[in-house]
Amino acid sequence: MKILVCITHVPDTTSKIAFTDGNTKFDSNGVQYIIGPYDDYALARAVELKEQTGGTITVLNVGTVETEPTLRKALAIGADDAIRVNVAPADSFFVAAQIAEVAKAESFDLILMGRESIDFNGGMVHGMVGELLGIPSISPVMKLDVEGNKVKMTREIEGGKELLEAELPLVAGCQEPIAEWKIPNMRGIMSARTKPLKVVEPSAVDGLTVTENYELPPAKGQVKMIDKDNIGELVRLLKEEAKVI
Amino acid sequence: MAILVFAETADKKIKKSSLEAVSYAAAMGGDVVAVVLGQVEGGELDKIGTSGGTKVLHADDAKLNEGVIQAYASVLAEATGKAGADTVVLAKSSLGDAVAARLSVKMGAGLVSNVVALPQGNKVKRSIYTGKAFANVELKGSKKIIAIKKNAVPLKTDGGAAVVEKFAPSLSDTDFKAKITSQEKAKGKVLLPEADIVVSGGRGLKGPENWGMVEELADALGAATGCSKPVSDMDWRPHHEHVGQTGVKVSPSLYIAIGISGAIQHLAGVNSSKYIVVINKDPEAPFFKAADYGVAADAFEVVPKLTEAIKALNN
Ligand SMILES: Cc1cc2nc3c(=O)[nH]c(=O)nc-3n(C[C@H](O)[C@H](O)[C@H](O)COP(=O)(O)OP(=O)(O)OC[C@H]3O[C@@H](n4cnc5c(N)ncnc54)[C@H](O)[C@@H]3O)c2cc1C
Ligand SMILES: Cc1cc2nc3c(=O)[nH]c(=O)nc-3n(C[C@H](O)[C@H](O)[C@H](O)COP(=O)(O)OP(=O)(O)OC[C@H]3O[C@@H](n4cnc5c(N)ncnc54)[C@H](O)[C@@H]3O)c2cc1C
Repeated sequence: MKILVCITHVPDTTSKIAFTDGNTKFDSNGVQYIIGPYDDYALARAVELKEQTGGTITVLNVGTVETEPTLRKALAIGADDAIRVNVAPADSFFVAAQIAEVAKAESFDLILMGRESIDFNGGMVHGMVGELLGIPSISPVMKLDVEGNKVKMTREIEGGKELLEAELPLVAGCQEPIAEWKIPNMRGIMSARTKPLKVVEPSAVDGLTVTENYELPPAKGQVKMIDKDNIGELVRLLKEEAKVI
Repeated sequence: MAILVFAETADKKIKKSSLEAVSYAAAMGGDVVAVVLGQVEGGELDKIGTSGGTKVLHADDAKLNEGVIQAYASVLAEATGKAGADTVVLAKSSLGDAVAARLSVKMGAGLVSNVVALPQGNKVKRSIYTGKAFANVELKGSKKIIAIKKNAVPLKTDGGAAVVEKFAPSLSDTDFKAKITSQEKAKGKVLLPEADIVVSGGRGLKGPENWGMVEELADALGAATGCSKPVSDMDWRPHHEHVGQTGVKVSPSLYIAIGISGAIQHLAGVNSSKYIVVINKDPEAPFFKAADYGVAADAFEVVPKLTEAIKALNN
């Protein structure tokens, strides 16, 4: 089975978010970059599937040269080769179109992504790629098993889950508990250095949206502490001040 | 030109978040055509008018009772043509996202998700970095899809009557290739992403056997229950209750956190709540910094008292 895993290169979940240049650019000063946590689940499941059925795992990122250490980390975790589409991502459609171009040329059996990126939180790229390729797209997927050509999946729905069956090829947006995150071991890290990382130029696609600038939420006011023996006061505040009950 | 709204259903009822999407579209101005897929209970379609809709396209085909991603996208694309709409509004949800993405490609429409306020011309404000920031985004073309976050606009309750039109979309087998074989859903519970009030418990509650008091408080408030990630990882609670960076992102009017420390990844899922109450026995717990009201005491003592006080208020 040929598996493609699409990964984002995103600020670590503990990063302080700030902007520069008149709030038009993300301030990457002091920010650590990681594989998107949902993408990390997708990659971990791909490694498990490869262990079971054999095949290859290609990881793909649409991004500029700074994302290469993140791709190398994915190689260390267990991907066989990496592709970087050499362009700064403009929006979800732009990224999806680039991924679809690569996928058309390589005909993967299974395309795994994260349920959403943790920078722009779109939750859209997998659906767009599915539509561009004319194959099913399922998200958010919390369990995925492959038997021959058949894929059995559990998808989270509000208040529960549903079981689905489909045939390869398809695109899945993954989330926990599809697999446990994998930490690269020493051998993985060594071999990642020599695994192929191919840089391809982007296809000519226009994004459909333009981000003009950024804002931070207003600072939170001071917390009002209430004594445990005066819970009536909490209820009064919720009713009369906050007006939420 | 008309605005199309995808009115999602759950248990044959139109979701409140979708009614908010109808109100959002109504506030944008012009005709609002809501598409309802699958069978619904009597009286449900009236809510579209009350929320500000002018027309309902109802495809009351049992094949559409479950949210089949590809089929929904095709049917909505057909509906945009029928309604002459170039703008689609919907509520962000796991199904809404999956459907909107495919629909945007079919329409060639720009798509912005997690929108938190009404558009200003072609510009919308979206939440990014999991609630830690906002981006102001311009939609370039004439076709657009706006997926809104809960509480983006107040729900309208004084709209008129909407005209209901039956709609028989053409369904193709290829759109049903991914088959839903079964569904498991908590019955009669307030859905977490839809809830106006969320009561959430963390590892400080010690074990699943202690969730009774969380549920009692939630019941008294008409709230949904949530939890932190370790709690769902340990299977104390089902995964769909897990709130945070890697779980459900909620934006209720009130979020009550019990025995949760307030790790940055948990806060990412709750920071767009209007009010936050924190109950934690450690006065230094980081969650207090993100809270509006706090009680620094043992949850096993505070929560039953709070439930009693709420019940007394309700009576
Ligand atoms: C410097 C910089 C500036 C950016 N500016 C913008 C901007 O202005 N507007 C904007 O919309 N986005 C911007 N992004 C891109 C953003 O990082 C996302 O890649 C892109 O927007 C898709 O986001 P999404 O939230 O819709 O993805 P989702 O739909 O949430 O992602 C789902 C899955 O798709 C895959 N995926 C998403 N993006 C990529 C990618 N780039 N490469 C490989 N796989 C991917 C992953 O598996 C991911 O889990 C910028 C990124 C950088 C580094
Ligand atoms: C990439 C990544 C993603 C993550 N995503 C998420 C996510 O989506 N959601 C999430 O929740 N976490 C997430 N986490 C985990 C997060 O970092 C924290 O570990 C987690 O939120 C802690 O859960 P907790 O607050 O329930 O437990 P703890 O941190 O153990 O806190 C328990 C709290 O209960 C209090 N307490 C104990 N006894 C009592 C009592 N009797 N009465 C009152 N209070 C009491 C303690 O003072 C303490 O503050 C993520 C982590 C990573 C690295």
